[in-house]
Amino acid sequence: MSVSDVTSSGKSVSAESLVERLTDLETRLEALEESQPDDKVAIIVFSGDLDRVLAAFIIATGAAALGQEVSMFFTFWGLSVLKKRNSLADKNIFEKMMAVMSPGNSEELPMSQMNYFGVGAKMLRKMMKDKNVSSLEEMMEMAREMDVKLLACEMSRDLMGVGDEELMDGLEPAGVASFLGESLRSRTNLFI
Amino acid sequence: MNQIHFDETLDVRGLKCPMPVVKARKKIGELENGKILKVLSTDRGSVKDFQGWAKVAKNIELLAQDTETEDQAELYIHFLQKAD
Repeated sequence: MSVSDVTSSGKSVSAESLVERLTDLETRLEALEESQPDDKVAIIVFSGDLDRVLAAFIIATGAAALGQEVSMFFTFWGLSVLKKRNSLADKNIFEKMMAVMSPGNSEELPMSQMNYFGVGAKMLRKMMKDKNVSSLEEMMEMAREMDVKLLACEMSRDLMGVGDEELMDGLEPAGVASFLGESLRSRTNLFI
Repeated sequence: MNQIHFDETLDVRGLKCPMPVVKARKKIGELENGKILKVLSTDRGSVKDFQGWAKVAKNIELLAQDTETEDQAELYIHFLQKAD
């Protein structure tokens, strides 16, 4: 029955049927509200490139400042961002190769372009310092202060043989479902 | 514009995006409801940034924005009020 049916049928509509419809509408409104996204932002950091990771942290800290609950999922090359050092202990030959060839911490991240064996990344850091742009490390510190959740992809950590002792403290291990749990409730989802 | 009453001042002169907003957020968090924060910034982007923040955040009101010239450089001033 549409709204016009109710008005056109005038007094013939009983109070009970109105209450019934109201209850039905309330239930539907509740379901609708339930399905609305929360004030959340979910970011996948797949890249281990300095410039890309900078963008990720600028958006993350900015969103946190705007009152959003931010989750960052670090997977694959992005895991390097969360490293405090490389260790070769208890690793097989491939894992050792991975460790030797990937950055040991955020300060060793290369640029996505114009890296020139790390000279480009050093130059960018110098330019940022000169222009008073916060460094990646300062932004990471700020993100943690603002309760941005940092999650390390368990599968890629295991695949690449990155040990817990190589990663920063206070990270949460996470899988695809825990990421989707956040992203499906988020207003903004980014893959960087 | 200068006659706006404010309770606290935050100086983020020299800082670049996203720091003006990030620092202001932290400072606002320390204030009581209804208090007004004056933010001094040299970041040109901060004008739109604070407008965007006020649009999104429920507990912030952007009362006024002003631009002054200080030592031949533009100074962007924002007045934010912490709401309930």
